[in-house]
Amino acid sequence: MRRECSPVRRERDAISDADEAAGTTASAAVAVEVRGLNKRYQSGFTALRDINLSIRRGEIFGLLGPNGAGKTTLINIICGIVTLSGGQVRVAGYDIQRDYRETRRRIGLVPQELTNEAFETVWTTLTYSRGLFGKAPDADYLEGLLKDLSLWEKRHSQMMQLSGGMKRRVLIAKALSHEPDILFLDEPTAGVDVDLRRDMWNLVRGLRRRGVTIILTTHYIEEAEEMADRIGVIRDGELILVQDKRELMRSLGSKIVTLELVRPLGQLPEALARLGVQCEPGGRELRYHFTADGDAGGVDAVLRAVQQSGLTVHDVHTRESSLEQIFVRLVGEQPGDAQ
Amino acid sequence: MNWHGIVAIYKYEMVRTRRTLLQGIVSPVIITCLYFIVFGAAIGSRIEEVQGVSYGAFLVPGLIMFMVLTQSVSYASFGIYFKRFTGTIYELLSAPMSAIEIVIGHVGAAASKSFVLGGIILATAGFFVPIEIQHPAWMVLFLLLTCITFSLLGFIVGIWADGFDKLQFVPLLLITPLAFLGGTFYAIDMLPPFWQTVTLFNPVLYLISGFRWSFYGTGDVSLWASLGMIALFLALALALVSWIFYTGYRLKD
Repeated sequence: MRRECSPVRRERDAISDADEAAGTTASAAVAVEVRGLNKRYQSGFTALRDINLSIRRGEIFGLLGPNGAGKTTLINIICGIVTLSGGQVRVAGYDIQRDYRETRRRIGLVPQELTNEAFETVWTTLTYSRGLFGKAPDADYLEGLLKDLSLWEKRHSQMMQLSGGMKRRVLIAKALSHEPDILFLDEPTAGVDVDLRRDMWNLVRGLRRRGVTIILTTHYIEEAEEMADRIGVIRDGELILVQDKRELMRSLGSKIVTLELVRPLGQLPEALARLGVQCEPGGRELRYHFTADGDAGGVDAVLRAVQQSGLTVHDVHTRESSLEQIFVRLVGEQPGDAQ
Repeated sequence: MNWHGIVAIYKYEMVRTRRTLLQGIVSPVIITCLYFIVFGAAIGSRIEEVQGVSYGAFLVPGLIMFMVLTQSVSYASFGIYFKRFTGTIYELLSAPMSAIEIVIGHVGAAASKSFVLGGIILATAGFFVPIEIQHPAWMVLFLLLTCITFSLLGFIVGIWADGFDKLQFVPLLLITPLAFLGGTFYAIDMLPPFWQTVTLFNPVLYLISGFRWSFYGTGDVSLWASLGMIALFLALALALVSWIFYTGYRLKD
């Protein structure tokens, strides 16, 4: 399974090429650039290994990975919450350690946990967040933000009086309170209902339209499939894949053609068996799996073989694999497989 | 400097004070009043003058200092510890703020609260005993330096503590005994010679003595020894805070 590695290599090569061409990493098109990033905690646990990643300005980047893969560590390093052990991270061309003021004021973070001070009001916590990031008070902007998030009526409520979904919205409002260019959403819709999830997706799309770069980690693959322009997959602290979502689904996804037969088959004809066609129990359905990007000729061969075998097809169905199936396949592989 | 950030932290912490007025301000004032009633009026009326002033008046600087020391530590430690406890510290760590700005915001708020508390206790004491302040500028300076220094200590405690019991360890089990044995209720010349010598190793004695000197012009130790001790405290606290931010101790992994 060498193909999974190639997108990462392409990514790394692309960064190197860009560096050589521009002579600088502060490319206007790059929002976040991570090079050779390593993180080893004091406990000895290595959370990230040689991460190389370039996130383009204005895109929605979906970061996927199982629990403990290193997604939150990566985000926390970029945001300044965790110290890196090696490598370099640049935000808008600025180094996150040397130029931390420049990088952090551009970043908004919605953390995974519903962290809040229970006794504070929504308005107090929001004005606090804006101030922390060096912005002068702007009641009009904050009012608009709260209205966008359907929180205006709750501005004088204490955090402990809000539902889980509303607390999540407050965290988003806090992250946006200083008008960041880059927004990290760490599992933003964990534990929220379907309606709120849809609202958040709309909000994220609106932010993207305004030019905000969004990095999204999620357990809901459906969310990444719906929202992301590109997908990165982390497993055991290694970035095993970075690819355009559509390209990923085309190259790693598979399709299934199901042929419903008029009369059940007693035995699968040899010509069809040779092509990899499977006969379902009962003999009424034939199934043919093929990858979405290069095996399309096989369908034609199967259809011809069906005709030559004298079979009559009653109906045809096709089904594409979802990002979730691709993800499960990727993270289910042994680490060596992806190298 | 991120002034907006400093102001944001300061205001946020002061809002917390408004919310916890009973615990943070009213309670220490009532406790101090009880000390005045019991030790100043009831018992104090049977005690002769100490260092040339009535026992009730003698108590005032010591009790103010005692409350300011413990409350400075409590205010500042709670402010930063609560952020760690709730997890909202992530916001502080990801903000474009330097360590010194974070400290100014938190310690500034805690020191302001304890300074106000000191003023309230002083005004309240005026209802019980006649108060004289011979060196008001020195009094303000001593109070201010003590508030800042012990708020810094509180900030350190708030980062060090990994539970609410440890949060109370320094004010209750360290500062309270040192204040009780450091001249809050007596002048050291009232002790036997051996214990006088032992008491000189109690750093809180120097703070109380200096503060009392600003009221009545007399103290257990010289003014400069008091100033030197508070300067030493301040330097130690600043060094510890610098080390915490340099290493990320209990803040960043």
